Amino acid sequence: MTRSDVVIEADDLRVWYGSERGPVKAVDGVSFNLAKGEILGLVGESGCGKSTLGRALLGLLPPGAAMDGTLLFEGEDLLKSSRKAMLARRGSELGMIFQEPLTRLNPLMRISQHFEETVRTHEKGISKDEVRRRALEVLRLMGIPPTRYRAYPHEFSGGMRQRLMIALALVLRPSFVVADEPTTALDVLVEAQIIRILHDLRREFDTSLLLITHNLGIVAEACDRVAVMYAGKIVELGDAKTVFSKPQHPYTRELLRSTISLRTEGLNYIPGAPPDLTDPPPACHFHPRGPDAMNICATKAPRDRVYENGIHVQCWAADLAHGAVDLTDEEKAPLIREEISVADEA
Amino acid sequence: MPTKPDATTDTVMDLEGLEVHYELGSGMLARLFGLGTRTVKAVDGVNLSLGRGEVLGVVGESGSGKTTLGRALLGLAPATGGSIAYHDTGGRAHDVASMSAAELRRLRTDVQMVFQDPHAALNPTMTIEAAVGHPLRIHGIAKGAELSRRVAQALERVGLSPAEQFMNKYPADLSGGQKQRAVIARAIILDPDVLVADEPVSMLDMSVRAKILQLMLDLKSELGLTYVYITHDLATAKFFCDRIAIMYLGRVVEIGPTQEIFEDPKHPYTKALLKAIPEPDPERMVARDLPRGEIADAAKPPLGCHFHPRCPEAVSNCGWESRDLRVLLEQHWTEVDPDVYQREQAVVGDLEHLDDPTLDARIGSGATAGEVREVLDAARARSPEEPMWSGVQELVEEADGLHVRFHDGVDPRLRPAGGVEVACVLYPGEPERPEDSSAAEAASS
Amino acid sequence: MLKLLLAPFRNTTGIARWILITGLVITAMFVIFAIFAPWIAPYGFAQKIDASGDRFPKMGEPSAAHWFGTNDQFYDILSRVIWGARTELTVVLLSVLLAVVIGVPLGLLSGFLGGWVDRALVFVMDALYAFPSLLLAIVFAFLLQARLGGAGILAAALSLTAIYIPQYFRVVRSTTVSAREETYVEAARAIGAKPRTIMGKYLFGNVIQSVPVIGTLNAADAISTLAALGFVGLGIQPTEAAEWGYDLSRALDDAAAGIWWTTLFPGLAIVLLVTGLTLIGEGLNETVNPALRKRRIRKVVLTRGSVTEPERPGTDQNEVVTP
Repeated sequence: MTRSDVVIEADDLRVWYGSERGPVKAVDGVSFNLAKGEILGLVGESGCGKSTLGRALLGLLPPGAAMDGTLLFEGEDLLKSSRKAMLARRGSELGMIFQEPLTRLNPLMRISQHFEETVRTHEKGISKDEVRRRALEVLRLMGIPPTRYRAYPHEFSGGMRQRLMIALALVLRPSFVVADEPTTALDVLVEAQIIRILHDLRREFDTSLLLITHNLGIVAEACDRVAVMYAGKIVELGDAKTVFSKPQHPYTRELLRSTISLRTEGLNYIPGAPPDLTDPPPACHFHPRGPDAMNICATKAPRDRVYENGIHVQCWAADLAHGAVDLTDEEKAPLIREEISVADEA
Repeated sequence: MPTKPDATTDTVMDLEGLEVHYELGSGMLARLFGLGTRTVKAVDGVNLSLGRGEVLGVVGESGSGKTTLGRALLGLAPATGGSIAYHDTGGRAHDVASMSAAELRRLRTDVQMVFQDPHAALNPTMTIEAAVGHPLRIHGIAKGAELSRRVAQALERVGLSPAEQFMNKYPADLSGGQKQRAVIARAIILDPDVLVADEPVSMLDMSVRAKILQLMLDLKSELGLTYVYITHDLATAKFFCDRIAIMYLGRVVEIGPTQEIFEDPKHPYTKALLKAIPEPDPERMVARDLPRGEIADAAKPPLGCHFHPRCPEAVSNCGWESRDLRVLLEQHWTEVDPDVYQREQAVVGDLEHLDDPTLDARIGSGATAGEVREVLDAARARSPEEPMWSGVQELVEEADGLHVRFHDGVDPRLRPAGGVEVACVLYPGEPERPEDSSAAEAASS
Repeated sequence: MLKLLLAPFRNTTGIARWILITGLVITAMFVIFAIFAPWIAPYGFAQKIDASGDRFPKMGEPSAAHWFGTNDQFYDILSRVIWGARTELTVVLLSVLLAVVIGVPLGLLSGFLGGWVDRALVFVMDALYAFPSLLLAIVFAFLLQARLGGAGILAAALSLTAIYIPQYFRVVRSTTVSAREETYVEAARAIGAKPRTIMGKYLFGNVIQSVPVIGTLNAADAISTLAALGFVGLGIQPTEAAEWGYDLSRALDDAAAGIWWTTLFPGLAIVLLVTGLTLIGEGLNETVNPALRKRRIRKVVLTRGSVTEPERPGTDQNEVVTP
C-alpha cells in the first residue's frame, strides 16, 4: 500500500472522557491505517471502546473528553482541524451510518427532502434536479426503486430505511465512513442484504469503511481486515481471513470460540467481563480473563509487534511462540489468579 | 395435523388451530377518516404440540408472530380462535384460550416466561430480592424469612452467588447478563413446568450468550423444565433445541427434529435462513441468491403461500398476484437507465392500484396497452429467470389497459415430507385431499 | 435512603446545584419561622397590647420595640410575618398533600385502565384545568366558606387542592400510559400479578418520580394564590391566623400615604418564599428530568502511562519477526 492510498492514519490515538469515578480510558493508544476502498472491521465486547473510537474518528467526542495522538485523514491532521472545518467535513468527506435508522430520519420529511437537505448543506445552490439525479443514482445502488423517491420514512420497512441511511451517508461520496452496528436491529435475511451492500460499496464509491460490530460473522463476511479491540486497545489487527483462521491473541481466539455458529459443537465462553475502563487491570488488560496467562502478563504490558502476513498483536504468548522475546522461567510461569465468579459478566 | 412427539414423552401443551388476530385502526380517528379496520393475523392457525421435557425452537424473523405465539401460551396475548390445551403434571387438561383472568393467574405458576430485553424486564424501583421473590408473594406461597431463603436459593441456582451480594441491589446495578439471570430466577422460583424464553440471549454480548444458554440447559436438567425457545437465530436454535418450528407471517412453514431441519431443510424459507447466517469462517461466504425484500405486512399478507414474493424457488401456483407485479416493475426500474425508467414509468402510469391484491391486474390505459406489453417484455427479457413469470397465465390487451392474468394460487398446508412437516407446494406429500382445493379457492377469491 | 435523598446534589452541575441550595436555604428559613413562631416572634399575631398593658402604636414606624413597625390594626408586623409563615406553609402543605393523595391515584387508575373511565376522568380534569386557577380557587373558597361556616385554614387549603389535582392527574396519567407498555409490566402479568398489584408495586414507584418537582412548584404557586385569596378577602381572617395577603390588602392604602413598612414586609415575605420554593422545584427538575440533567463532568487530562506500560506503546517496525 502506497502512502497516497492511505485514507485514515491513526497513531497512538487516545480518547478519555470524564466520569464520576475518574477518566474513562475508552481509547487508549490505538494505531491503525485504512487504505482507500478498504473495509476494516472493529470487533470486541460491549464496553471495549469500539463506538467511542468510531465516533472520535469523525470528531464526535463525548462531553468533557480529551483526545490526543495523531489522526491523519488523507494526510491532514484532523486533531488540529478547527471545529468548523470538522463540521464541514462530516457528511461530505466523513460519513456515519447508525444502528437505528428510524431515529435518524425526520418523519415529517420526504426522502427527497432528506437528500436535498444533506446535499445542500455541503454544496450550496445545487439544483433540485441535480440532487434528484445524484440521489436516484445512489438509491438505485441500494436497490430502492426510483418510484419511492417522494415517499416518507414510515412508508419503508426496517431494511429499506437502513438502505436509505446508507444512501444518505454516501450521496456526497465521502472517502471514509464509519458504520456503527448497522445491522444489529435487522433480521437475518435483511442483514445479509445490507452486508452485501456494504461489501460492494467500494466497487461504486471507493469508500473506506470502518465497520463496528460485535458479530464476528459479519466481519468474516464483509471485511478485508479486522481490528480486535479490548479495554481501549487494539490487541490484534490484520487480514480478516488470517486472523480468523489463526488467531494470535487469546482474546481473539476466545471471542471466536464463544461465538455460537452453525458449526458450534459445545458452548464456550470467556469468564468475567471487560474491565472498568477507569481502572483497567495493569499490564496486559486481558490477563485476568486469559485462560493461559503468564506471570509477565500481569506485570509488563506487551508491545505491538508485527508477525507474518502483517498481523499486529499485543501479546506475550504470541511473542513467545514466535520467538520474538526471551522470557525467564519465572516470567513464563502460569499466572495464579483469583477465581472469577460465574455471574461476573457483561 | 399437529406433530406428535415420540410416544415415550407425554404432551404438556397442545395447540390446535391457534389464532391471535388484532384489530388495527379501530380507533376514532380511523373511523373518522373511513380507513376501516385491518386485521393483523399475528398467529394464523398454528398446530403444535409440546412434549414434556423437550426444547421446542420457534424460529422466524420479526413480524413472523413468534413472540405473539409465546405470549399466547401464557394467555398474555388473548387467542381469538383455536385452543391451547395445557396438561398439568396431574394429567388434567386446561384450555388456556378460554381461561378467566383468575385462572390465567394460577396458570402462571406452571407456565413462565423469560423476556428478550433484560434491561426492561425488571422493575427499576424493586430490589432484586423483591423482584425475584414477588411471584411467591403474589401467589401467597411464602413470606418473611422463608421468602428470603427461597429467593437466595433461586439466585444461587442461576449463578448469582453469593446471593446476599445481589439481593439488595437494584437492576441498574447489574450487568445485562446478571439481569437476565435474575429474570430467569424469577421465572423458575415458582417451579414451573414450561418456560417460554423469548430471545433470551439476543440482547446480550456474544461472550455472555453461551453462559446464559448453558445455564438454561443446566436448569432444564435440574428442574425438569420444558422450553419453548423463541429466536431469530438458527445457530443458537441448532445447539439448543430438540425440535424446531420455522414461522413465517403467523404460520408454521416447517417443523421437525432439529437434526433433520439442518441436514435437509425443505422449505425455501428455511434454506434461506440457513444460508444467510454470517459465519466467522473465512472460507464460507453468505450466498448471493438470498431472498429479496422483507417480510410482508401481516395485515395484508400475500395471497397463496405467504413467502412466495421472496421465494427463489417459487412456481406457477404459489399465489402470484398484482402486488408482485408492482414489486417486479419497481425492481426492474432500479436496474435500467434513468431515462429508460422515465419513459417506461410514463407509459405504465401509476401503480398504486396494484396494492389491492387481484389475480387480474390491469396496468396502463387502453391507448398504451401495447406499449405496456413492451415494457413488460423488456423486463422479462432482462431477468427471464424471475419466478413471477411462471405465475403469469396471459397478457391481454383490453380497452382499459393491459391485463396481466395470474394462475390460481395454492395456500399450502403443513404436510409430512421426510422426517419433517413442511408447508410448500414443492412438497405435496400424500395425494391431494379435498380440503386443498378449498384452500386454493380461498386463496384465489 | 440517605443516598437517594442526596442524589440530587451529587448529580447536578454548578448552576443547578446552586439553584437548589439557594432555594433550600430560603425555604428552610421560613420553615424555621413556621415551626418556632411562638418563640421567635416577639408578640402574638393578634396581639395589640404589650406585656405592661400598653397599646401598640397605630401604624408605628419601625423601632426597637417593633422592628418592622405596626399596622393600622395595631398589630406588630414582624410577628405577623413570622406567624404568617406558619399559616402559609400549613395551608400549602395541606393543599399539596391532598392534591397528591387524590390526583396521583386517579391518574394511575385512569392511565392503567384506559377505556371509558379514562375518558371521563380526563374530561373532568381538563375542564378543571382549563379554568383560570385563581378564579377556580375563589369559587371554591366561596362555596366552602358557606359549607364550613367561615374562612379557616382548612377551607383555604381545600380550595387550593381543587386547582392542583388536575396537574398531578395529567402528569401521572401520561407517564402511566407509557409505563404500562413496559416489559416489566408484562413481566408482572406473566408472574400472575393482579391489576392492583401491578399498579401498586410496578407502576406507582415509576410514575411518581416527577411528583416532587410539581409539588414544590405548586407550593410556590399556592403561596401566591393563597395571598391573592386573602387579598380579595376570601382567605383567612386576621384573628384566626396571620396571613400575608390579607395584611397586604389592608396596607394598600398606606403606601400612598408614605407608610412603606406595612406593605413592604408582608410583600417581601411572599416574594421570598415563592422564589425559594420555585428554585427548589427548578433545581429538582434538573436532577429528575434526564433531558435537562447535565452530569458533572470533569475535564479529562491525558496522562502518560504507569511503570508497567512501555514508554511508547506504538508499533515498532524493527520488531518484525519472521520465524
